[in-house]
Amino acid sequence: MHPILTLVAQRLALGVLLLFAASILIFAGTSILPGDVAQQILGQAATPEALENMRRELGLNEPPLTRYLSWLGGILQGDLGTALTNGLDIAESLGARLSNTLFLAFWAAVISVPLAIFLGLLAVRYKDRWPDKLISGVTLTTISIPEFMIGYVLVYWVSIQFGWFSSVAIINDSMTIWQKLNAIAIPVMVLTLVVLAHMMRMTRAAILNVMQSAYIETAELKGMPMLKIIRKHAFPNAIAPIVNVVMINLAYLVVGVVVVEVVFAYPGMGQYLVDHVAKRDIPVVQACGLIFAAVYIGLNLVADIVSILANPRLRHPK
Amino acid sequence: MSETLLKVRGLKIGATIYPPDEKSRDIDIVHGIDFDLAPGKVLGLIGESGAGKSTIGLAAMAYGRGGVEITGGSVEVNDRDILQSGIRDVRHLRGAEVTYVSQSAAASFNPAKKILEQVTEAAILHGKFSRREAEERAVVLFGKLGLPDPENIGQRYPHQVSGGQLQRCMTALALCPEPDLVVFDEPTTALDVTTQIDVLAAIKEAIRDTGVSALYITHDLAVVAQVSDHIMVLRMGEMVEYGTVDQIINAPREDYTKALVSVRSVQHEEKQPTPHPVLRVEAVNARYKGTSFDVLKDINVELHLGQTLAVVGESGSGKSTLARVITGLLPPSAGKITFAGRELTPDLASRPLEDLRELQMIYQMADTAMNPRQTVGTIIGRPLEFYFGLKGAEKQKRIQELLDQIELGTGFQDRYPAELSGGQKQRVCIARALAAKPRLIICDEVTSALDPLVADGILKLLLSLQKSEDVAYLFITHDLATVRAISDSIAVMYQGAVVRYGPKSQVLSPPFDDYTDLLLSSVPEMRLGWLEEVIANRKMESAGN
Amino acid sequence: MRIPVAALIGLFFTTLFFLAAVFAPLIAPYGMAEIVGDVWEPPSDQFLLGTDSIGRDLLSRMIYGGQTTIFIATAATALSFITGSVLGFFAAVSGGWVDQLISRFVDLIMSIPSLIFALVVLSVMPTTITILIVLMGLLDSTRVYRLARAVAVDITVMDYVEAARLRGEKIGWIIFRETLPNALSPLVAEMGLRFIFAVLFVSTLSFLGLGVQPPQADWGGIVKENKEGINYGIAAALYPAYAIAVLCISINLVADWVLNRTTSLKGGRG
Repeated sequence: MHPILTLVAQRLALGVLLLFAASILIFAGTSILPGDVAQQILGQAATPEALENMRRELGLNEPPLTRYLSWLGGILQGDLGTALTNGLDIAESLGARLSNTLFLAFWAAVISVPLAIFLGLLAVRYKDRWPDKLISGVTLTTISIPEFMIGYVLVYWVSIQFGWFSSVAIINDSMTIWQKLNAIAIPVMVLTLVVLAHMMRMTRAAILNVMQSAYIETAELKGMPMLKIIRKHAFPNAIAPIVNVVMINLAYLVVGVVVVEVVFAYPGMGQYLVDHVAKRDIPVVQACGLIFAAVYIGLNLVADIVSILANPRLRHPK
Repeated sequence: MSETLLKVRGLKIGATIYPPDEKSRDIDIVHGIDFDLAPGKVLGLIGESGAGKSTIGLAAMAYGRGGVEITGGSVEVNDRDILQSGIRDVRHLRGAEVTYVSQSAAASFNPAKKILEQVTEAAILHGKFSRREAEERAVVLFGKLGLPDPENIGQRYPHQVSGGQLQRCMTALALCPEPDLVVFDEPTTALDVTTQIDVLAAIKEAIRDTGVSALYITHDLAVVAQVSDHIMVLRMGEMVEYGTVDQIINAPREDYTKALVSVRSVQHEEKQPTPHPVLRVEAVNARYKGTSFDVLKDINVELHLGQTLAVVGESGSGKSTLARVITGLLPPSAGKITFAGRELTPDLASRPLEDLRELQMIYQMADTAMNPRQTVGTIIGRPLEFYFGLKGAEKQKRIQELLDQIELGTGFQDRYPAELSGGQKQRVCIARALAAKPRLIICDEVTSALDPLVADGILKLLLSLQKSEDVAYLFITHDLATVRAISDSIAVMYQGAVVRYGPKSQVLSPPFDDYTDLLLSSVPEMRLGWLEEVIANRKMESAGN
Repeated sequence: MRIPVAALIGLFFTTLFFLAAVFAPLIAPYGMAEIVGDVWEPPSDQFLLGTDSIGRDLLSRMIYGGQTTIFIATAATALSFITGSVLGFFAAVSGGWVDQLISRFVDLIMSIPSLIFALVVLSVMPTTITILIVLMGLLDSTRVYRLARAVAVDITVMDYVEAARLRGEKIGWIIFRETLPNALSPLVAEMGLRFIFAVLFVSTLSFLGLGVQPPQADWGGIVKENKEGINYGIAAALYPAYAIAVLCISINLVADWVLNRTTSLKGGRG
């Protein structure tokens, strides 16, 4: 087998292992922490019978290992359990919400990724001149504001003051794609702003790093025009770091989605998670937490694998 | 074609530096240099670090590296002042009329592209050759430069060939577009001495065969003497002396040039071994954790009090590993080490303080061997405090004594390492080792990072300290001139084993084993025609075999 | 020494915010939870920023809110720094399996986004200020750990550390006298970035209703309390946004300046 395939296979196996370990961590986070979980859920006024019922329902009388294994076993078969608050099947409730969340994240990615790379290139091209300074100034600002505040600032100015787009982003299946896109316009803007700054800064750093290599100087001393140097010598070496940047920021986008969904009352997974954290609905929290972790780990894994595949030393071993 | 290919007049080069916590300011690197280069000739630019030689070389391509700017004068290539040309004309100059060979080919090749594509790129870009012609020419050059399998080596990626081979590829890259002038910037400095001689011979032959002109930049006078017609000696951005190779080597006029030519004036009488060695290494093997081969194989050496054992070898020979084993940083996998009559425990942690005190070490890079946040006084004072419990006035007095011994005098106690020159830093490191009153100091390439004149001073100091303190040195180096200058006995290492060992006079006299012969004959000598002699000898020998 | 204008501006605002936080009771015109007027009154001489969703003085809420937010963020940053840098240095200097064990565990924690992890834990824990500080501090210490370890590893391969080892120095000397003084500047710069992250993090949690609990004021909470007003064109929820932005940008400017003078190492966010 080509050594690079071995490396990729190892990386994939490590990803699975990490996901498995993350599931333990999430489970432990909700069950081994100090304090009576049933008491926390029902509050101080709960009767002893109600507490006992709750403990039985949560399986708290079983040893943690047994509970973990049955939980994991269920997940592997696609059974995420039932919600405590309304007794509905979690997998069913999640399905539609997950696709809503992916819809939102997808459009944010479609806009932010090319924009960030373009701005990153622009900043490198005009390094230390006004376009670079303007871009880093604006990105510094967006990095310094939490995403929900960017949300309200945009709603206040764009939606309320100018009357463009809707200030809530409620979508349903009967809407056309255009209605949906109109509804999510502002949330997409917020998410774009949130990841754009980081992605653009990291892209800029990655390209600059490549541009400072000795082989770029070699190309320059061959009398090559700058654009050609970027295209022929910088770009092939910058792909891996840029893909890395994009993946890390898409992973970050996944987290940004949680807050943005709450701001715009968007019926996605993030809002579902936050609602049920407040209601202390542990099975839902565990299921959502695991899915978010899986997406996050998966995207980081893709970044790692792209780096491996793009490395000429690994692709063409001695 | 005119009489002068390159005509430089009043060349001034400056740079902006940004020292931390201070305003940025402009400094001058080169203060007005004049020289001419005729077609087909080679001019050697020689000088110590900071002489501005690379900067001048790049100015011939109208290029300033990292914030360096050409501030005055003129540089004419083929009768055009390239400093007055627009960027478009400069681009047609670079890679077509003037090309460049850098010190580190490994960094200068794009890791993602095949060698052949990069070698032919400039020739095709400037329309000098079609792709097919350029590739044919590259193959011819690969063959001429002595690369193995010239037909196919271009299909490899840079990391798939060795350092010496890549340096030859870089030369092919520079010669491929048939330039008028090639700037060689320390092209063999990063190579081992036995590799250097072959690359040097290949470069020389290629220059001769193609009739190209060259600026050959190096700090090594013996090297530049082999390839140049003329030499310009530079110091701190000014020209010291200009002349033919013969005149510079055999009849230097300026004191500075004389010093460069006669460097390694250190003389040292070989001492006889004593009955009780201070260090005895017996049948030592070592390997790094997680690997399955020995980096040291059956090492047996002895070192006597007040004497110097030079361990000489090229990179990867295991000479620095031997130091790590003796200091206990890497426990040996077999064998034993006896120090001052006691057997040393394999690892550092279990050694008594007395052993640690009596066995000191000096490093190659004095910069990284001293904590930048500690003053010279703290650095030298710590061993005094740590081993002897000295405090207050007593400690101050001893620090001053040590500073006197290393010829630094008063006023250095409160300085930080950043405020010292390279040679002064290495002296402070010597004082730190001496402070422990050791029996043995391991010197790991202590002069390799220094300019020749400074290195000479350090060697003299080490020898005089050896006399007064009766300390033994285990002197690790790749530089045979240094070995000759200071050792009493020599161990030659190759691929983890000692291939030759004994008193200096014996090791350096024939008959030699193959490797020692190769090593000794590869060290550039400061005389004309040395390179041709060696190459001719080798050809004869291989023909004889 | 010359301080650039940007860093001076940053220093000025940072100091201003911290002073306002410390002396909040002296500066605030009204009490924190005191109802003094009508709902969402516009700014006036009496109420400089107007009133909030239940008629409390918004300026006073902002000042007290700043106190809470800055206190929690400072405490969490201190905790993350102490935990992260001690473990990071310890791992780097020890090496071997100690380093492996701590580093792999940190990798694991970082494989789950901080916010998600915090939400999971907060679903069973009571939301008190102490728990918020501990939770945020520990989660963020993973990032400090990575930076501290990277910096320390860079330093421990230096010959002067090896020289100290060969001299027979104990681990305490190696950490505190050889390593720490050289690692300080990148860590100080990083501290600024971690503080910003802590401000954003606690505000986000409060906004989600899972951080600081009412009636105590904090910037994220003020947004949550007043967010309905946005739809009526009332800007009350936006003041915390401006305050956070000014504070974070100021600290960023200071951190950038410290970092530019020293090294290029930086941690991450998220």
